[in-house]
Amino acid sequence: MAKTSWSDELFRYVVLAVASSAVVLFAIYLVELVEGSAPTIPEGWYFLYGSTFNINNLYGVYPEIWGSMVTSAIALAIGVPVSVGVAVFLSEVSPLRLRSTLSFFVEMLAAVPSVVYGLWGLIVLAPALSTKIYPVVGRYIGFIPIFSCPTTFAPCFYYGLSVMTAGLILALMIIPIVAAISRDALLAVPASQREAAYALGATKSEVIRMSVISYARQGIIAAVFLGFARAFGETMAVTFVIGNEGIVSTTLFKPGYTLASLIATEFSTASSGTEVSALVEAGLVLLLVSFTASFVGRLLIRRFIKTKESASLL
Amino acid sequence: MEQDVKLDVVDLSAWYGKKQALSGVSFPIRSGEVTAIIGPSGCGKSTLIRCLNRMHELVTDATVEGKVMLDGTDIYGRDLNPADIRRRIGMVFQKPNPFPNMSVRDNVVAGLRLGGVRDKKRLDEVAKTCLEQVHLWDEVKDELKKSGASLSGGQQQRLCIARALAVQPEVLLMDEPCSALDPIATAKIEELIISLKNELNYTIVIVTHNMQQAARVADRTAFMYLGKLIEFDETVTIFGNPKEQLTERYVTGKFG
Repeated sequence: MAKTSWSDELFRYVVLAVASSAVVLFAIYLVELVEGSAPTIPEGWYFLYGSTFNINNLYGVYPEIWGSMVTSAIALAIGVPVSVGVAVFLSEVSPLRLRSTLSFFVEMLAAVPSVVYGLWGLIVLAPALSTKIYPVVGRYIGFIPIFSCPTTFAPCFYYGLSVMTAGLILALMIIPIVAAISRDALLAVPASQREAAYALGATKSEVIRMSVISYARQGIIAAVFLGFARAFGETMAVTFVIGNEGIVSTTLFKPGYTLASLIATEFSTASSGTEVSALVEAGLVLLLVSFTASFVGRLLIRRFIKTKESASLL
Repeated sequence: MEQDVKLDVVDLSAWYGKKQALSGVSFPIRSGEVTAIIGPSGCGKSTLIRCLNRMHELVTDATVEGKVMLDGTDIYGRDLNPADIRRRIGMVFQKPNPFPNMSVRDNVVAGLRLGGVRDKKRLDEVAKTCLEQVHLWDEVKDELKKSGASLSGGQQQRLCIARALAVQPEVLLMDEPCSALDPIATAKIEELIISLKNELNYTIVIVTHNMQQAARVADRTAFMYLGKLIEFDETVTIFGNPKEQLTERYVTGKFG
């Protein structure tokens, strides 16, 4: 065995301690959240299906879970196709020099603070959407329930601060991460896979479809899961634009609430121990869902890298 | 018996950026024959075969000069689409590269699907015929729905050959098709090459660093060195009585 000096030993323990702090911190969060929500956990499943928060001391976050799910779904429905398009351009179409510049800007989008997205959403995006875009959408495809008019009186009023606006902001916010991971997955496709398609007489776009995207599928799905985790947990930007009302409505043009924005807006004014406990429990639900999505995403990335390696060892 | 020339390579040169990989190569590839290209590593044999169906130009900065005449028409002609050329001149690569997210059957018919064939019965028939042609049908007929990547290395390579044959190319190019395979799988591929020539009259070009392989399967052999074609003749002559000293030293194992 190689001789190790005491400074090497020390260094090893220091980095080990730093690295394991991630695991320890996660465990601490979990314990704290469970402990903090101990007063309301015994209330049972009402928390998940009940739709009143702090009325008669009853706490249910069904509208918030619904809101988190729906806004994340909108974010994925719009953000994923755009991200995959960006990734395909970066890895397959763009000239080499443009690739690094564009990649840099896409990644910089991730560095924009979410409060900036929120302010921009509130001041610029929401008014523009509610007066110019949503009425048009409503007029043409309003017969589809999710795009229907949110008010019963005429003329119809489309809320700027709505589930839809929150979903759109989230779509913008997940594009950097989904595009970057998808791009890496596409770049990891071996040249031999592209050649296989070219040799069959495929054109460039056919090569991308039949060979490259198909091969990178798992990596792209992983990117989607990580994008979901990001959207589901995003707090600040959503709080600005969703309207913060705990209601469940079919149309996406009405205000809503998410678990994260509930915690952000209610916590400072929480008046009782039970309410604090309920908010902590909401945090627990949030953490568990985000963690699961992140975990599945990472797992898929790891499996993708593994199959990629075994394929190249053939 | 002299066969018609199927592919005529005329004064072909190729570059990667500024680095020249091929200089002024000319030789004919005859219809219904197996032509081998041999030479030490880095001699340009892979570059040469990749120029024969316009795969070379897919590498960034790669360029070609000269002509490759397919039945008298230059495949580098201005109005020709490289994708059409590649459909007529199929290719099999060093490393088996089936599409891992497609089944065995779908791998075989991937080229036909590209060409717009949708009829399920027709695709099934072609898949069966081509898998029989590469002597793989009996081994995989119960696993047609499994992933193409689930087969063994040798089976994967035969699957890739079946995939190339499915679009009925006029010429089949093989770039060191056995270099990633064990001796038994190699023997099967060699057997297959000979049967494709004898029974289906395929025109085949094979690059190999294995001289015995060239001697076993090829009618004619081209010897390359440092990007130049040193000698091209019938295989028996190249290995038995070569005209060039360089060729003799290579085939007798004095360098390589």
